[in-house]
Amino acid sequence: METSPGSHHDAPYQDDPRYDDPWYDALASGWGEPAAVGAHESTLPPTRREPAGETCRTAADVYLEVQRSEAFQEVRSRYRRFVVPAGVAFFGWYVAYVVTATTAPTLMARPVAGAVNVGMVAGIGQFLTTFVLTWAYARHARLRRDRAALELRWDTQELTREARGGAS
Amino acid sequence: MTDDHQALALVLFSAFVAVTLAITTWAGRHRQGSAEEFYAGGRLFSPMENGFAISGDYMSAASFLGISGLIALHGYDGMLYSVGFLVAWLVVLFLVAELVRNCGRFTLADVVAARMRERPVRIAAGTSSVTVSVLYLVAQMVGAGSLVALLLGGTTEAARTWTVVGVGALMVVYVSLGGMRATTWIQIVKAVLLLGGTVTLTALVLVRFHGDVDRLLRTAAGRSGHGDAFLAPGLAYGGDWTSRFDFISLGLALVLGTAGLPHILSRFYTVPTARAARRSVVWSIGLIGGFYLMTIVLGFGAAALVGPDAVRSSNAAGNTAVPLLALDLGGGADSTGGTVLFAVVAAVAFATILAVVAGVTLASSASVAHDLYASLRRRNAKPRSEVAVARLAAVGIGAAAIGLGLLARDLNVAFLVGLAFAVAASANLPVLLYSLFWRGFTTRGAVWAVWGGLVPSVVLVLLSPVVSGSPQSLFPDVDFQYFPLQNPGLVSVPLGFLAGWLGTLTSPEAPDEAKHAETEVRSLTGAGAA
Repeated sequence: METSPGSHHDAPYQDDPRYDDPWYDALASGWGEPAAVGAHESTLPPTRREPAGETCRTAADVYLEVQRSEAFQEVRSRYRRFVVPAGVAFFGWYVAYVVTATTAPTLMARPVAGAVNVGMVAGIGQFLTTFVLTWAYARHARLRRDRAALELRWDTQELTREARGGAS
Repeated sequence: MTDDHQALALVLFSAFVAVTLAITTWAGRHRQGSAEEFYAGGRLFSPMENGFAISGDYMSAASFLGISGLIALHGYDGMLYSVGFLVAWLVVLFLVAELVRNCGRFTLADVVAARMRERPVRIAAGTSSVTVSVLYLVAQMVGAGSLVALLLGGTTEAARTWTVVGVGALMVVYVSLGGMRATTWIQIVKAVLLLGGTVTLTALVLVRFHGDVDRLLRTAAGRSGHGDAFLAPGLAYGGDWTSRFDFISLGLALVLGTAGLPHILSRFYTVPTARAARRSVVWSIGLIGGFYLMTIVLGFGAAALVGPDAVRSSNAAGNTAVPLLALDLGGGADSTGGTVLFAVVAAVAFATILAVVAGVTLASSASVAHDLYASLRRRNAKPRSEVAVARLAAVGIGAAAIGLGLLARDLNVAFLVGLAFAVAASANLPVLLYSLFWRGFTTRGAVWAVWGGLVPSVVLVLLSPVVSGSPQSLFPDVDFQYFPLQNPGLVSVPLGFLAGWLGTLTSPEAPDEAKHAETEVRSLTGAGAA
């Protein structure tokens, strides 16, 4: 950010609105198809384009670079290593529960204690596993992911700002 | 019901309307008219506030009245709803909440459009969001109608009609004047009221049985006339294989649909960070889980204390089990306690409907203005303020929901909600998951995923026994029923995923690596989040 004075900041912003605010401005300025050059003539004065290409990174390069960085891969694999097994487990357990209830009602009707039967225990078990997995996920994310993700966030934002400053 | 019930319930309900209108005015005063404020309430709610608001949005009248009623009538089979509605939140927590908060601004289409060509994606996702919302709204409107029929004793057509119109008009006022800030506070107030009412009733049921759950279950089973079969699966869905598949279909729709509900997704934008979004989901899982556990107690309590026969004779679908239970717990029909408790429950149920309706309307007006209007307006048209369009859209959606609500008034409420979930799971969830997690996903894949889920789910509903061909149908006199299941989820959800996959495979364009990198980095780190 320090390298780009305010006057420069506006130019690349118009140069390619997607990178500054991909969710909004492209539509507001045209027809929402940034690939179609025709729609952008007014915002793409060719003079602004020339020196950028070779020497400087664009914001897109920054995201690719961050995606390939070890720090990001670590955050992503921590997320996936928790979510994939836990997701498969709870979804499988839920589907098994629903399918068993509809296909094997006699098994579910087998008494466990007093009026409580297997089906009741399984149903309450679904509640319990949901609570436990929620707690485990929140804890895992807080301890294993939040700090690294936050650092990556500031780094990435810094890099995209620099890229924007440099691109002009 | 007696005049006392009605008068007291009306007073309590009017008090709720007065409070919520005051909130709306107050929220409107602080408004600056920006899209950020209107759609996301300024993004500064705390996780706890948002957790309450999410549970307020989610615990609809269908849950409160419908599930307890189903348990009271069919025993264990009703309980499967409670489980599905709760387990669905793990999908939201694991795969959706944080990532959507990080890379969207206001709507579902924001997340998808970031990677793709915006216009076709926004039109598709906007259309499906509005469809889901309208179906959900119709369910709530129908619920309001039945509740009033119960309150006023008879089924006076005029009273039902005016209730539906009144609920619609009130929600338009809330949404168009108060935006997300007012809607959120209304949800919070409603969630507290609903949980308070449920805790009270549950405590009274347990006190009645001296905390002996076993005796509660035995009494319920004995009184049901089914014996132990009442406590096991199969009473409602155990008949032929069609009804069993119908149940599996419903179960799938429930667990996958929540993550595609537009009004739930838009709630994550009201907190500042992904971490806050996660913490609000944790709050709401706690609140919603507790609530559904209590509905199970209430359902069996109603079976034990009121009896399935009395419930059925009051309302064939069981929707009145909880108010009848309240009447009994308070001391019977002629006692003051019974009157008060009944009125409180009725007013809470009504407040529930009103709040849910407001939340859904807001989300769908956001889809109309932010996705459809912004994509479809003529290129050189004078850009009208998006928020002004959203306010207008709220009026239009309100009108549509009123009309459809009057048309569909005889359909079962919980069941209509099931349909909304099925459409959400088929049309919204595949495209959302693909764009968050699949590197090779393309614009054509996204568009096909939405239409490939939306069209089959809606068409299958139209061809199902819900619409024609059976005495309970919307149009009982004609028969164009070609699809046996009432809930299309079992077929349409896989179709949505399949269509997205096929669209991507046949796509002429290569997937955009850089855009995927951007979505992935942003979704997991929060870089550049709104």
